[in-house]
Order: sequence, then structure tokens, then C-alpha cells
Amino acid sequence: MATPRLRSPLSRAIGLGSAKEGVEHWWAQRVTALALVPLALWLVIVVIELAGADRTLFVEWVRHPLPAVFLVLLLIATFYHGALGLQVVIEDYVESEGLRFGLLIVMRLAAIVFAARGIFAVLKLSLGA
Amino acid sequence: MTSDPRPLSPHLQIYRWQLTSVLSILHRASGVWLAAGTILLVWWLGAASDGPEPYARVQAFLGSWLGRILLFGWSVALFYHLCNGVRHLWWDTGRGLDLKSVYAGGWAVLAGTAALTAIAWIAGLANWSH
Repeated sequence: MATPRLRSPLSRAIGLGSAKEGVEHWWAQRVTALALVPLALWLVIVVIELAGADRTLFVEWVRHPLPAVFLVLLLIATFYHGALGLQVVIEDYVESEGLRFGLLIVMRLAAIVFAARGIFAVLKLSLGA
Repeated sequence: MTSDPRPLSPHLQIYRWQLTSVLSILHRASGVWLAAGTILLVWWLGAASDGPEPYARVQAFLGSWLGRILLFGWSVALFYHLCNGVRHLWWDTGRGLDLKSVYAGGWAVLAGTAALTAIAWIAGLANWSH
């Protein structure tokens, strides 16, 4: 390592390169992916079983604790994983810095709003109403 | 700034299509398509919690031709992204990175996607008519 003099001591201590971030994005993407393997397969089975079912049957099913918990976990993992993926797509293809910045914020906020709406719906169904 | 006539790396339309690059592009495309599909998932759950009428509207849409075509597209994308995602996770362990394994895995992903889609729709449509 012959070039440490150009870097500040702080920069060397933090140990990040010009990308200014480390492995967190990559790692979070893998962990959510791993969680989504069983959750997505479970969702497929559920959708097949509930295909064409009327609402009473659906509500009755969501009232059980396990489906409700699984649905909430699925929503969290899906929107987290999706936001991480869309972030990379936006960063790769949107050249204008201002537009990229704006899109990243809108995309993340939208992911949070949709996740919150979904989780609220599951909780409302499973806890009452 | 004036640009030098420097050699550029070839663009997509210059490269010969190959399984590896096509599957890589499809992974990203299916991911974006699935992100749009999450809105349907939330719409479905939200409608169920809102009452019988909103729920019936979602069911009617999903039962229509447009709804079924969209559902089919999302199911293919989901199974593809799932299978290819597992392929990626396998690569992350440092295994299967030689050319032969990469191609074998690619074909396996396509076969897996077709098989899972077929099974899901045969089971789903059998249930739907009840």
C-alpha cells in the first residue's frame, strides 16, 4: 500500500472507498432474499388455496395468528428488498443527478407507504373489524 | 469539453445474445415488474380489510381476462426471480462460477420457472372454478 498519504487519517480509519458506503446494501439484499424464498413460496400456496374464495373465508383465514404474522413479515421483506433493488436500477439508469435524487426519495417513501398500508390492512383484519 | 474519438466498449446491440446476459437482464426486469406487482398485493389486502364490496371488485378484476394475464405475468416473474435469486445466492457462496456450471444453472432456472408456473396455474385454476 504505497498511497495512504493522500487519504486523511479519518478516511483510512473508516475504510471506505470512493463509493462512500460499504457492504450494507449488498448484505441487506441477500438477507431479505433469503427470507423471501420461503415467504414467497408460502404466498403462492396461499393465493392458490384462496383463488376464487369469498371474503368470509379469507377473513377467517387471516384471523389465525400465523397467516397474519407471515403476511406482515412478507410485506416488510418484500418492500425492503424491492426498495434496495429499485435503488440500484435508478442509480444505474437515471443520469441527471437531481432527478435521480428525487426519484430515490419518492421510491423509498412509496415503499414505506405501501408497506404501511398493507400491514395496517392485515392488522385490522386479524385484530377485529 | 470536446470528446476524443476514443474506442468505446460495444453496446448491447453489438454483442451477440447469450444465455448468461439474457438471464441477467431478465432478473432485473422481473424485479422491477414484481415491484409493480406489490401494489396489487397491497390493493388486495386493503380491499379485504375495507369490506365485501371493495373485495368483490378486486376479485372481479383478477377474474377478468386482463387480470388473469397480469397475474400470469407476475407469476412467471416471481418464479423466475425466485429461481434465479437462489442461483445468485449459490454464487455468493463462491460456488458454481465456472462457465459450465453457470450455463447449467441458467437452463435449470428456466426449467424450474416453467415447471413452477405450470404447477401453480393448474392447481390455481382447478381451485378457482370451485
